[in-house]
Amino acid sequence: MNIFETLLNGLSMGSTYAMIALGYTMVYGIAKMLNFAHGDVIMVGGYMIFLTMASVGNPILGLAIAVVFCMLLGITIEKVAYKPLRGASPLAVLITAIGVSYLLQSTAQMIFGSAPKMVIVADLGNVMLGSIKLPVYTLVTLGCSFAIMIALSLFVKYTKIGRAMIAVSEDKGAAQLMGINVNGIITITFAIGSALAAFAGFFMLLKSPSLTNTLGAMPGIKAFTAAVIGGIGSIPGAMLGGILMGVVEAISLTIPAIAPYTDAIEFSILIIILLVRPSGILGKKRREKV
Amino acid sequence: MAKALSAIKWKHYVNYVVVAICTVVFGVMSLTGSLSSSSIYMLEKIAIAIMLAVSLSIVVGFLGELSLGHAGFMCVGAYLGGKTSALLEPLLGDVPTLLVSLVVGGLVAALFGVIIGLPALRLRGDYLAIVTLAFGEIVRSFFMNSSDESFGGSLGLNTPRYDKNTLFIIALVLVLGCLAVTQNLIRSKHGRAITSIRDNEIAARATGINVTKYKLMVFTISSFFAGIAGVLYSYSNFTVQSTKFSYNYSIEILVMVVLGGMGSINGSIIAATLITFLDMKLQTILTGNLAVLQDLFYALVLIVLVIYNNAPGLKSFRETYNLKSLLGKFKKGHDPSKVHDDEAKWDRVPTKIKMDEVLSVDLQTNSPYTPDKPGKGDR
Repeated sequence: MNIFETLLNGLSMGSTYAMIALGYTMVYGIAKMLNFAHGDVIMVGGYMIFLTMASVGNPILGLAIAVVFCMLLGITIEKVAYKPLRGASPLAVLITAIGVSYLLQSTAQMIFGSAPKMVIVADLGNVMLGSIKLPVYTLVTLGCSFAIMIALSLFVKYTKIGRAMIAVSEDKGAAQLMGINVNGIITITFAIGSALAAFAGFFMLLKSPSLTNTLGAMPGIKAFTAAVIGGIGSIPGAMLGGILMGVVEAISLTIPAIAPYTDAIEFSILIIILLVRPSGILGKKRREKV
Repeated sequence: MAKALSAIKWKHYVNYVVVAICTVVFGVMSLTGSLSSSSIYMLEKIAIAIMLAVSLSIVVGFLGELSLGHAGFMCVGAYLGGKTSALLEPLLGDVPTLLVSLVVGGLVAALFGVIIGLPALRLRGDYLAIVTLAFGEIVRSFFMNSSDESFGGSLGLNTPRYDKNTLFIIALVLVLGCLAVTQNLIRSKHGRAITSIRDNEIAARATGINVTKYKLMVFTISSFFAGIAGVLYSYSNFTVQSTKFSYNYSIEILVMVVLGGMGSINGSIIAATLITFLDMKLQTILTGNLAVLQDLFYALVLIVLVIYNNAPGLKSFRETYNLKSLLGKFKKGHDPSKVHDDEAKWDRVPTKIKMDEVLSVDLQTNSPYTPDKPGKGDR
């Protein structure tokens, strides 16, 4: 394993984290809540891919079905569990989100059992670049996720809906007065976030084929950490945090002495960054109003 | 004397009396040998769960900060207490070892509480929740990767099992101590300061409450008792394994606090007892894949309860149908559902401007804030 391979591996891992972190950060920016169940939407997407692969065998179709299903799931979760709590204390919303996360995990376990399912999405093999061996899936992951992130940035910046999203995240009340359908925007945000989670689930299965009901739990927490490191609510922040997280993880995993402590190192980085910059690297300082 | 006794608000001491009676009754039963070993084990588990729930409840229910790392504090207590007892047992004998390891486990956990309390001064809400979660995972990963000689690594640390007929009595007595500390704290001037931080931190600060001091105090006390619970756990089991203390366990404790009602110590006690009891009973009935039904049930209870208790849209429903008003119907001439609520009317004022925005003053929360001179900041 040389440095180049490690870095590329880290970038591909990081771009997956970044995709998940985008879901967290967009929902936080617009609904001002931590969607703790976001990681488990990845797992649901994974199971949809598994079901399609088992019946039809087409990974692209599987991805499409997973994206659509996850969008519907995200919208349902928002309508049923989070919408009644709009305006309630953030603590209540966070605890409900934890409840939803548990609900998804245990439902999946009830339906599919706790034994891991093997989902071989596609065997892409390796390419040789001189003396460097590159697994193709890292290139695919990296390429796709960068394309998605650029598309998302353009969408938010230049379309009407995207601008409405920015407006809602800045001031909900003022956005409503300007005729923006705030509830609709929140629903769209949840749909986009969940679709990104489905993509992330696809990339994770591409990397390692084992699928359990806790597939999304740890990556979810790490991506969440990445979003917080980058400054939650900031889209470039989530990308930066995700990539940083992936590269740190890849480097740490290649050094035998610290490899077992990888999780601890990542979480320590979070604590240190938050102590130095309490709103993350690219986060805006919010003024507290009395 | 009789007058003095009747002047005491017995309502405030019901929980001590109940726990004390349980301790005596079960203690006598176990000494006469009429308690099965599984019930003794259950009593130990219940005492540990009560201590965890009550200690988390002062952070979540009274200070209003979400801690997702309570299992981490317990983990510190369990490993350090367990290690101390394993080292000291051959030297000191049973009882002194227990006392020393309780003190060591509790104090080290409290030290970690201070360390986690420090970021709590700069961070709030969601950010603090993720830092506590991260802390719990760091602690767990440290103990999991420790060498076999130090903390047993992934196999777990072997700890001496205390005389099982009396451990639960000690645990229940410690629960009484925990209740005494937390209830006296909450009902004192300091407790009112803590709840005011929960309700509005800036307003609390403006009235001269030393927010720094109280946040640190609550985190320290809470983690101390979590550490004590961890030591008891290490005594009640033969091995301490790091997998037990994952963040799922923190959430399980959180479920107890939420189920019991945030800001209610008695509620936490009842919920902890109920959940631990159900857990143990269901474990024998629901085996294999059915065990997941239990998690499903907890998840649903958590969601439904939080929505019911907090949804702004359900406010009038909540006021008509709740435990108090249903009980109140039995009393003559008292109908709490008809009580006027001024707060609700403010919401119906058609302008979108909220009072707090009208009165807004820009305040830099991150600016270095120097609290009042020591001793003056409490009022």
